[in-house]
Amino acid sequence: MYGWIWRRLPGPTPVRLVLAVALAALAVWLLFTTVFPWAEDSLPFLKVTVDS
Amino acid sequence: MTFNSPPDYVPPPEYTSPRPARSRRAPSRRSAGRTTVRSAGELLITAGLVLLLFVAYQLVWTNYEAHRAQSGVADQIRDDWQRPPASPSPGEPTADPEVELGEGFAFMRIPRLGKKYSVPVVEGVSLGALARGIGHYPRTVMPGEVGNFAVAGHRATHGEPFAYLDKVGKGDAVIVETSTEWFVYRIDRTKIVEPTDVWVIDPVPGHPDAEPTKQLITLTTCNPRWASTQRLILFGHLVSRQDRADGPPPELRRGA
Repeated sequence: MYGWIWRRLPGPTPVRLVLAVALAALAVWLLFTTVFPWAEDSLPFLKVTVDS
Repeated sequence: MTFNSPPDYVPPPEYTSPRPARSRRAPSRRSAGRTTVRSAGELLITAGLVLLLFVAYQLVWTNYEAHRAQSGVADQIRDDWQRPPASPSPGEPTADPEVELGEGFAFMRIPRLGKKYSVPVVEGVSLGALARGIGHYPRTVMPGEVGNFAVAGHRATHGEPFAYLDKVGKGDAVIVETSTEWFVYRIDRTKIVEPTDVWVIDPVPGHPDAEPTKQLITLTTCNPRWASTQRLILFGHLVSRQDRADGPPPELRRGA
């Protein structure tokens, strides 16, 4: 998977390295802003209210 | 290869390319198996990294974000309090302005949890509101009013204002500062209930039909700390109130 991505990145190795780091950062940003806030709704210790 | 080539000989790319497109060649059966195993391994490693990141998000990032949001709310409250109350337009009743959901309107101090413990109280108990401070159940009364002033707070992650609420018990003070007054509540008892026990935030908890005559407070959070099977509840009542202009109440000064 990572090899497949690496082969599809354009440019010489330094450019690919920068692009790879940027892709990884984008993935982490998506996780922190979208995926994790969505996933944590089901975490038990966020339920602190009484409701029926 | 070059010494007997004609001067204008251009070698075909498969001779000059340092790695003659080995990876793009149709994979043999053996390397197909290898690719599958490698991809599965990469997926597993990725899943492990994502889970680690999620733990870091929960334990570090949510607290960082919540504390930043809380200081934003604290600024908003101080701004609101400094602004002179809007003069009522003629003919309008001078009722208390409604607090909007998510808006901060008070500070809660619990000396047992530290001298510096001061957390903004926001309207509403949605996850969005609770990430910005202690949340006030909108259908309960405001601080100092007759009835039950009920709040909820996170006990783990997202600022976790009630992380150590189990250390607060009978006789401890819970102090609420609003734009006009200080309210000192004292805890009467602690109870662990089911998540569906909505009666704990009734105007008179335990007496569903009673007409409220006292100013009560209820604090709710999850119990055990990292689970949701129960709720930790603290009940208290108002013991004193004073104008905000008179400065902090004695409970805050001696740190009791």
